[in-house]
Amino acid sequence: MASFTTFDTLLNRRRFLTHTGMGLGVSALANVLAGQGLAATTNTPRDGVRNGTHFPAKAKRVIFLFMAGAPSQIDLFDYKPELAKLFKTDLPESVSMGQRVTSMTKGKGRLIAPSKFKFSKQGESGIWMSELLPHLSRHTDDLCFINSMNTNAINHDPGKTSFCTGSEIAGKPSMGAWLSYGLGSMNEDLPDYVVLPSAKWSGKVNVQALYSRLWGSGFLPSKHQGTSFQAVGDPVLFLSNPAGVDPTVRRRMLDSLGTLNQKHFAEIGDPEIETTIAQQEMAFRMQTSVPDLTDISGETTDTLEMYGPDIDKPGSYARNCLLARRMAERDVRFIQLFHRGWDHHSRLPANLAGQCRDVDQPTAALLQDLKQRDLLKDTLVVFAGEFGRTVYCQGNLTAENYGRDHHPRCFTAWLAGGGVKGGFQFGKTDDFSYNVVEDSVHVRDLHATMLHLLGIDHNRLTFPFQGLDQKLTGVEPSRVVREIIA
Amino acid sequence: MMKTRNKSIPVFCLALPILLVTQCSLWAQDVSFNRDIRPLLSNRCFACHGPDAEARASGLRLDQADGDEGAVGSVIEPGSVDASEMWNRITSDDESEIMPPPGSHLKPLNEKELDQVRRWIEAGANYESFWAFDPPLKPSTPVVANKSWSTQPVDLYVLKKLESLQRSPSAEAMPRTLIRRVTLDLTGLPPTRAEIAQFLSEYQDSPEQAWEQLVDRLLARPKYGEHIGRYWLDLVRFADSNGMHKDFYRNQTAYRDWVIRSFNDNLRYDDFVRYQLAGDLYPNPSQDQLIGSGFNRLHLIIDKGTALPEESFSKNVIDRVTAVSTAFLGLTVQCAQCHDHKFDPITQKDFYSLSAFFNNIDAKPETISKKGPKMGLQQPFISLGTVEQESRLKALKQNRTKLVGKLKRANDEADKERLTADLDRLTKELDLFDRSIPKAMVMRERKEVRPTFVLERGMYDAPGEEVHRNTPGFLPPMKKIGKVPTRMDLAEWFVDPKHPLTARVAVNRIWQQFFGVGLVKTSEDFGNQGDVPSHPELLEHLAVSFIESDWNIKALVKQIVKSKTYRQSSSATPEEFNADAENRLLARGSRYRLDAEMIRDQILATSGLLSGKLYGPSVKPPQPEGLWEAVSMRGEKYQADTGEAIRRRSVYTFWKRSMPPPQMTILNAPLRDACIARRERTNTPTQALLLLNESEYLKAAAALAATVLQQPIQQRISFAWESVTARLPDEKELLELQKLLGDLQAKYSTDPELADQLVQSLELSQDNSLNGEKMSPNSNAELAAWTVLGSVLYNLDITKTKD
Repeated sequence: MASFTTFDTLLNRRRFLTHTGMGLGVSALANVLAGQGLAATTNTPRDGVRNGTHFPAKAKRVIFLFMAGAPSQIDLFDYKPELAKLFKTDLPESVSMGQRVTSMTKGKGRLIAPSKFKFSKQGESGIWMSELLPHLSRHTDDLCFINSMNTNAINHDPGKTSFCTGSEIAGKPSMGAWLSYGLGSMNEDLPDYVVLPSAKWSGKVNVQALYSRLWGSGFLPSKHQGTSFQAVGDPVLFLSNPAGVDPTVRRRMLDSLGTLNQKHFAEIGDPEIETTIAQQEMAFRMQTSVPDLTDISGETTDTLEMYGPDIDKPGSYARNCLLARRMAERDVRFIQLFHRGWDHHSRLPANLAGQCRDVDQPTAALLQDLKQRDLLKDTLVVFAGEFGRTVYCQGNLTAENYGRDHHPRCFTAWLAGGGVKGGFQFGKTDDFSYNVVEDSVHVRDLHATMLHLLGIDHNRLTFPFQGLDQKLTGVEPSRVVREIIA
Repeated sequence: MMKTRNKSIPVFCLALPILLVTQCSLWAQDVSFNRDIRPLLSNRCFACHGPDAEARASGLRLDQADGDEGAVGSVIEPGSVDASEMWNRITSDDESEIMPPPGSHLKPLNEKELDQVRRWIEAGANYESFWAFDPPLKPSTPVVANKSWSTQPVDLYVLKKLESLQRSPSAEAMPRTLIRRVTLDLTGLPPTRAEIAQFLSEYQDSPEQAWEQLVDRLLARPKYGEHIGRYWLDLVRFADSNGMHKDFYRNQTAYRDWVIRSFNDNLRYDDFVRYQLAGDLYPNPSQDQLIGSGFNRLHLIIDKGTALPEESFSKNVIDRVTAVSTAFLGLTVQCAQCHDHKFDPITQKDFYSLSAFFNNIDAKPETISKKGPKMGLQQPFISLGTVEQESRLKALKQNRTKLVGKLKRANDEADKERLTADLDRLTKELDLFDRSIPKAMVMRERKEVRPTFVLERGMYDAPGEEVHRNTPGFLPPMKKIGKVPTRMDLAEWFVDPKHPLTARVAVNRIWQQFFGVGLVKTSEDFGNQGDVPSHPELLEHLAVSFIESDWNIKALVKQIVKSKTYRQSSSATPEEFNADAENRLLARGSRYRLDAEMIRDQILATSGLLSGKLYGPSVKPPQPEGLWEAVSMRGEKYQADTGEAIRRRSVYTFWKRSMPPPQMTILNAPLRDACIARRERTNTPTQALLLLNESEYLKAAAALAATVLQQPIQQRISFAWESVTARLPDEKELLELQKLLGDLQAKYSTDPELADQLVQSLELSQDNSLNGEKMSPNSNAELAAWTVLGSVLYNLDITKTKD
């Protein structure tokens, strides 16, 4: 790289950085500029990266385990032992208060379906955990539960869209894109924001769709969009050389491209040509860094076994958890797993058990693995679905079998590492896990809190679009949930 | 801090005059309210002291001089900053007094901005009406010092501004650059070698005449509509799927083809607007008018069984109004869904009054769910069959009715069996035939007008005050023909020559297509928070001449590309590029990366693979495996087409909203789930990976190689270079490619297996031919070397970039 001796090269460098997703980190740029006696107020909202953190961050990176389809909080985290006595009785009007329901249960009876699963107290904190999550239960003292989560959306598409982008309406940037925009990258060879969708899952009913807008960049420059890793073929689209082109041929191509592009830069003068050269070289480096990332042959047997039997299957949630740890080690800023199959309108017990088998051991292993590598302290792990599920049954109700409809009024998310309290519960729901009765946390409050842990004031991470200084948390008031911060 | 920085970086100083100095009469003052002060007040003050009455603080509005809560006389004393409370507040040191207040997270005014406000108050605090809400007026012809450059109005406005900054325009670009630039801009495709040769010889004789003839030839090609129409498709979020939940196929083929045809036929823009808003309301609507009204069916839509229909209904209406306001008004009307607009004088009532035109569709708010709508169609739709097709269909239906009758009357078991079999066969035939007839989803009004209410906080289940169909109060009033205003009245209101926005918004978008950035950069927002125009009088000139030409789009396009401004060379110094990266000053030709579609189409065209077929259902070129399965609710697999279908222009590529083709989105194509008036352009490593490694692009490089190999040996490199870049290689370039070719030939002859791998991956046809050229099995190393060389050409920065 050129040395920064003149302002011209400095500006070119800055132009280069603002056009790339994977240049030096912003903090590094700030140092370079500060070295020149210039503060890094890089006020280039069109293409630029903002100027880093607003205050010291507790977390450097995020692993967001998104349970698409909405797992049942009543059967997993929000223990309501008294419900057993109310089996198959009507949900009292005083609880439901004529609230909006989906078209699937509108106008139908509301019979209480207690969880058929056993709960037990776990860890020193003595928090109640479902028998469906035996491995995760051993980490209860690391987890920070928010039982009072709520959202506006009652259906999956808007629910997921608002959980991932802050707005039910399509077209807004996703959280990872905001972070890439706000914080820049920490590594030179990998994207800031990686998405790992599971390729398989156990839930057999109603597997809801994903949309690339869930990791899109909305109105932010598209370099901030999530890069989705594929379970089949190239982990990053178009990563491999085509047949008949080996690394030496590729290197030779890039040498000629570099020479010719450089010549054209000298003639035309457009610094964008230099960016093209840099990006072609970055692409070449990714051809090594990404396979190196996804090649797990160097992992010990102990490590692999810790993640459970699915670790051998590419695209499994277990494999993706391991990849998430490898990305955290390589300082990918925002790593988002999507595991589908949680939409249990019917046959919930069987399907939920399967889904829990998918995620329980790998999630526990991920926490353990991060911890033993001293990464959990500055990695924020978040586990959530887009909303919760109803206490009342959808479809036929027996003690052994039931289904649950969507429920936006309360659900549970948990966080770990990254500066949050461990073995802690926040927020309360009523005896029916129907309404929040204490310390409501809206999805946008969770967003504000996550940004806060990363050193960002959610009110100040903005981008001008359609006449507004847009932000992840939108125009409704939101708050940082300071009570959960260690 | 600010000052030191400006002193230490001279480049920034170069950039400043561009923003500060305009010499046009509209904006002539030292400080202009419209240019300098309003944007500042809007951004820092209007949220609490602006149009939104609910949010207004202290009974003060700074968006108005007069009126009960107006600023002048209360907090602004014209001529005296000291007597102006507003000045005291924006300059205060006291945290409890300073505006904007610290809690608002808005930046305090900086020294430059304070200076502007001070000078504006001292000069009399003159509030001007907002430029974009006044009807466009023909500006006077500017007087320029350099009389010899051009006499075209477009150029005079551009030159006037340049001269005011002691700058001059760049020289005309080289003819090869010119033909490539204009062919790409007008057809989305590069020129062929033959076209270049023709133009060069004509240009030598008479540059002006050659240029005009070239432009006319290009405007007459059907490829013009395919290209220009594509920008419209972004704007109206055209796609081939519902975009929600199960994301079913949605058949909008007829609408897409109509857009292309309309641009090719040069349908007047006012009619283009009328057809889309209200084509169904003509007394005897033509097929095209009905298809155009399909504009109202392009929104995202959910399938039944998960959302509440009332909520879906409300979302659809809001989506329609948003599209209308982005596409035709260039305003963010949708911001007034939940409250009065914070920055523009659009009330919440205005929003719902406008929505009342669009909430009366005779259609279900959700599509059917099980297998998705048949043929991707949801009622109301029309059949586009020929007379013969329609009569055959009718006959088949009659036969079927007869058969059903016979079957009912039949007593004999054998008869019954035979008739049932006949009926089955006929039903299948009827279905098959019906599917072969194109159809178009259209707009249709319910008989009764649905009552409309303001929705409190935008919630579908919180109706408030009842409202009636009307246009926003701050714009000219709408004339209505009958008792209740119709969408046709609304369409007529939009295309009234006095409408302040319709023409400005349209010409600005067209300009943007040729220079990369509009005269108003925020082409989706002409409101208070939008950017002020870089050349206000040029915008006025284009808008007025567009209306006077009877909304003639081709004439407008021709006026733009005929200009000397357009024909400037795009070369400059890196300093000049940095000082004006987006070329707002127009001191040079615009140079920027081609759109995703153009990059793909160019690869197909220059390699000789591109199909010239127009229109028809969307096609599926190959894409990496597993993308649809990874997101689909229904385990859908992407089934790539084969043959000609995969070599068609990208405007025909199947667009699934939940997972659009990566070859497009990696290069900044929008997802088509929201209305996008301008694309952004980034430069990323994933783009480099795509262009270097996409297998179809490598096949194209091989097809190019096959053609190149038919040329005399000495001419091969030049032939390839010219085919791809429209230029001829110079000595250095030739030398570099000769070295590359030599190295590749050596590599592939010493590693024949590698060459075989490459050639096998091309999946040559049975006769071993490529692009019509028969390949010899012994020539794999040669073919591989030339294929890789072709791929290098496709990855040059100058190839993926205009100029």
